[in-house]
Amino acid sequence: MSDHLPVLQVLAPLLAAPVCALLRSARAAGALAVLASWATLAVALALLGEVRAVGVVSYAIGDWVPPIGIEYRVDMVNAWVLVIVGTIASVVSPYMIASVSSEVERRRIPLFYAAYLLCLTGLLGIAVTGDVFNVFVFLEISSLSAYALIAMGTGRRALTAAFRYLVMGSVGATFIVIGIGLLYVMTGSLNMADLAVLLPEVWDSRTVKVAYGFLGVGCCLKLALFPLHLWLPNAYAFAPSAVTAFLASTATKVAVYMLLRFFLTIFGAPFSFGTMALDRVLLPLALVAIASMSMVAVLQVDVKRLLAYSSVAQIGYVVLGLSLASVTGLTATLLHLFNHALMKGALFMAMGCVVYRIGSAHIDAMAGLGRRMPWTMAAFLVGGLSLVGVPLTVGFVSKWYLILGAIERGWWPVAVVVLLASLLALVYVWRVVETAYMRPYEGDGRAVEAPPGLLLPTWVLAAASIYFGVFAKSTVATAEQAARVLMSGVGS
Amino acid sequence: MRDDFIVRVGARIVTPFIVTFALYVHFHGDFGPGGGFQAGVILAAAFALLALVYGLEAVQRVLPPWFARACAALGVLIFAGVGVVTMLLGHNYLGYNALAHDPKHGQHYGILLVEFGVLVTVFGVMTMVFYLFAGRAGRDE
Repeated sequence: MSDHLPVLQVLAPLLAAPVCALLRSARAAGALAVLASWATLAVALALLGEVRAVGVVSYAIGDWVPPIGIEYRVDMVNAWVLVIVGTIASVVSPYMIASVSSEVERRRIPLFYAAYLLCLTGLLGIAVTGDVFNVFVFLEISSLSAYALIAMGTGRRALTAAFRYLVMGSVGATFIVIGIGLLYVMTGSLNMADLAVLLPEVWDSRTVKVAYGFLGVGCCLKLALFPLHLWLPNAYAFAPSAVTAFLASTATKVAVYMLLRFFLTIFGAPFSFGTMALDRVLLPLALVAIASMSMVAVLQVDVKRLLAYSSVAQIGYVVLGLSLASVTGLTATLLHLFNHALMKGALFMAMGCVVYRIGSAHIDAMAGLGRRMPWTMAAFLVGGLSLVGVPLTVGFVSKWYLILGAIERGWWPVAVVVLLASLLALVYVWRVVETAYMRPYEGDGRAVEAPPGLLLPTWVLAAASIYFGVFAKSTVATAEQAARVLMSGVGS
Repeated sequence: MRDDFIVRVGARIVTPFIVTFALYVHFHGDFGPGGGFQAGVILAAAFALLALVYGLEAVQRVLPPWFARACAALGVLIFAGVGVVTMLLGHNYLGYNALAHDPKHGQHYGILLVEFGVLVTVFGVMTMVFYLFAGRAGRDE
């Protein structure tokens, strides 16, 4: 079966999703969702191993030889993204079982798991495929199921948040399909590797440049780059806790991957950074995102919203790495995809524990929780320190490479902005930590330690964000290899 | 419209033709315009017509909401299942050549089976959407 790994990556959750929808028992559906998620991680790790051993893995769907048929093509870059998505899915899915039963209506729970598995299918599909139209199809699968997942949050505001995301997300997806259509008009191909060969001949045409713009804006909407981030804070704040943890750690990451694929593999680094001056467009946006969104996060009183704004700022770091236009910068980008997934996952899951016990994510409601829920708040503290970028956490490793990349280009002010924004992160993390640890508990005794079903997955991510901060060698090496593949165009 | 004789008889006469046309569109999909999606919509339209004329409850006795929901899931399983079968037969995912003695027939059967999965899912989803709007009756159980 190892020849079929690329398609099995998508197939495991795709087959499990309809079975979940048919099941009536919430418990059985949950167990199936966990099994399917673990299967995706196993396949992703096997794929990464194979890519390390033999290079690019290609799979022809339906035996149609690429570029005519749909090709699934895995190199270092998407193997890395698949491992990120698989890791988060396999940690968050056991967490879902306890978290969802308290937040979603009982008879909707099997459908909830079906939507989650479809979302996972879509995200993995975007990452695994080597066909641009297939990217769009999987993007729609993941987006539509994500809207449904967000709408299942408690309270009516979840519906408006989901609808807002639906409108913005549909605009983004439409822009992407327009861009793909224009590329098809110019080259007659939809295969990524084929496009990369055909496009240089028509680089000068205005159609290709317009396609570039459409694809860029579309991807940036999906990854919530400032100022296209407006859908994100409410969607994250009102979705069920487990959904927030899952989407915050995977959806925007896969959108970043999509952007990298389009800009660096298909159009190529010379076109992006030369003709289109991509670095000079993205750099100011990334810096404004980092600075302004960190400041907005400081002012939030709802901790889930606070973390959501911090996510927009963190996406700024990711895009900043891309705009440095160097292998070091891209290493930081790819590294931060993984590292941010770990720490934001841990933070949102810790908040899910808090909401599970006290039913609110308001900062004042968290007073004194440091003593009432010591393990939960300790996980929050670990995630928070990582967000700030304290040494021995993953946040430090990605910021290190980011600053290294900035200094390499001689952009000292950029390094200064990154450091100042880290201080802002310290302020908003400290506000929560101070409330939880320094203020006395005022609640009615509901706040006891979260059940192990929630705590264990939270701590897996919290521990991972320390482990990969201390032993960063393997992640850095993989990210650097992937960055080289991206910078060299159609990788080998 | 339950009291309108002409509409009631008319709907009864037309319905079998709509269903047949849906099947025609499905099976003709690999020669001309059509396919599973369109066939599923047409099939669902037949039930929508009956619901408009005879009332939602009468149609839901024949086609209960849980069945529509099961169709939506089953179609995906049929589609993905065809791919799994071709994989087990030693070809790539959705390699239809595995399904028959020669590629021509294999491709023919493969596309019909996969499109049938599309038909079942589209029919199920369209019916569910109609039920939801018509009577907020998607809340089965």
